[in-house]
Amino acid sequence: MTLRDLAHSRSGDKGTLVNCSVIAYDPRDFEYLMEVVTADAVKAHLRDLIHGDVARYLLPSLGAMNFVMARPPGNSVTRTLALDAHGKSISSALLEMILPDRSLPASRGGIG
Amino acid sequence: MKGRTLRLGAGAGYSGDRIEPAVQLAAHGQLDYLVFECLAERTIALSQQARARDERAGFDPLLLDRMRAVLPICRANGVRVITNMGAANPAGAADAVRALARDAGLAGLHVAAVTGDDVLAQVRQDQDAVLETGESVHSLADRLVSANAYIGVEPIVEALAQDADVVITGRAADPSLFLAPQVHEFGWRLDDWERLGAGTVTGHLLECAGQVTGGYFAEPGKKDVVDLAHLGFPIAEVGEDGATVITKVPGSGGCVSLATCKEQLLYEIHDPAAYYTPDVVADFTAVTLTEVGRDRVRVQGGRGRTRPECLKVTLGYRDGFVGEGQISYAGGGARRRAQLALEIVAARISEYGHAIEELRCDLIGVDALHGKLGASRGEPYEVRVRVAGRAQSASAAAWIGNEVEALYTNGPAGGAGATRLVRQILAVTSMLLPRDQVRCQVDVREA
Repeated sequence: MTLRDLAHSRSGDKGTLVNCSVIAYDPRDFEYLMEVVTADAVKAHLRDLIHGDVARYLLPSLGAMNFVMARPPGNSVTRTLALDAHGKSISSALLEMILPDRSLPASRGGIG
Repeated sequence: MKGRTLRLGAGAGYSGDRIEPAVQLAAHGQLDYLVFECLAERTIALSQQARARDERAGFDPLLLDRMRAVLPICRANGVRVITNMGAANPAGAADAVRALARDAGLAGLHVAAVTGDDVLAQVRQDQDAVLETGESVHSLADRLVSANAYIGVEPIVEALAQDADVVITGRAADPSLFLAPQVHEFGWRLDDWERLGAGTVTGHLLECAGQVTGGYFAEPGKKDVVDLAHLGFPIAEVGEDGATVITKVPGSGGCVSLATCKEQLLYEIHDPAAYYTPDVVADFTAVTLTEVGRDRVRVQGGRGRTRPECLKVTLGYRDGFVGEGQISYAGGGARRRAQLALEIVAARISEYGHAIEELRCDLIGVDALHGKLGASRGEPYEVRVRVAGRAQSASAAAWIGNEVEALYTNGPAGGAGATRLVRQILAVTSMLLPRDQVRCQVDVREA
């Protein structure tokens, strides 16, 4: 299963920083997504595209989270030589993340 | 206005946006205000360059086309217009709109210009001021072409209080364009942080226009959106308490759903508990969304805290040139031939291209967007080679395109469709300026 199966996403830029939302299609999956789509997991998955640490912000009332990260030095929207100057396609890269198996349907059963 | 609902429409989400959704909103949206957000960070620096070439230029290139299309309808329906299409020249833009209004038989229209966001003179004086990079303004020296402060609702509200039918600003913050009519109509105090925060949430949802009504959202089979060719732009029905319903003109294309609103709420933000604008530090964390009808989403719970002491200033500066060349390969072995083409160009540039500061080589269709993440996939039928580099001189940058084009007679078999370009880089950076150093003026005149 990939993140794409459970969530949708949009990314945008501010200077050298890029943000990427992750929004659960079904709010009941949010707890599981919080467990597995951590800042470190995102940092590892996107390691070739981003630079430095990833910050994660949670919006439980929306079943959503927001990741903020820096693109490699010099990769600001105006100076970059990249085809995707704005980092708008990073959401598509993030949704390719492979998720670990859910052992028990805890979040669906409301147990955990 | 107390007790009733204010109707705001978003007529554009960027400078080059479609015009007919705004016409549809003006005609059928039962709007009180139509707002056009047309200023990206770099757009204003480009506009300053245009104005340096021609003193009358420097406002949005589509300003007059948009106004010609909507003003007669807005006049007939009592819709007031707010826009940052003034870019580097709000006063010139207002003059042009007044002339257009007279020609269109709309004499008597009150058009306001809001100026004062241009702080280039102040920034040039304070050469020690610190940029976001930690360097001083001095490091940009004569490459600096623009400095514009993000201004908030105050001058726009002042223009509305003087009965302006059209308000034209330069670098006003995007959500402020939408917050201003809420403040004006409901009489919100400028330290009513809760309501300013709620109104900023509404502004943020509307500022990219079609992005909240299903634009930039569709994925066939997973996230289907009807009739994107005729996407309708959003309407906010705002109550006095700042709670809002996001909707669109019935019958227009697109959709307003919990999912479209969530994507837009989180678009281009960082900490959702602290979204900085000139008017308020808005807090999105308690926002709740409820579907209350077809294409109707109720938004509640936006909050805010005391506005920041300083205003953000965007500086534009010249930063050399980018040269680029592309060529395509198709059929069996396309990827290997394309790879060979890149190796040839890269070798020649490393041997002879001392003036090239940075080089990037991409195989479009293979690794151009996400590097190794994409390169590990299967073999494409066709591949486009792209080589881009940065240099201080236009001639050095142009040389990259020459090298790619030369692959026609000197490179791998079957190269096709070579293109080349050179463009000047207008880079942006930012700094903070104390609020009292930015003084805005409002000039309302009749057409």
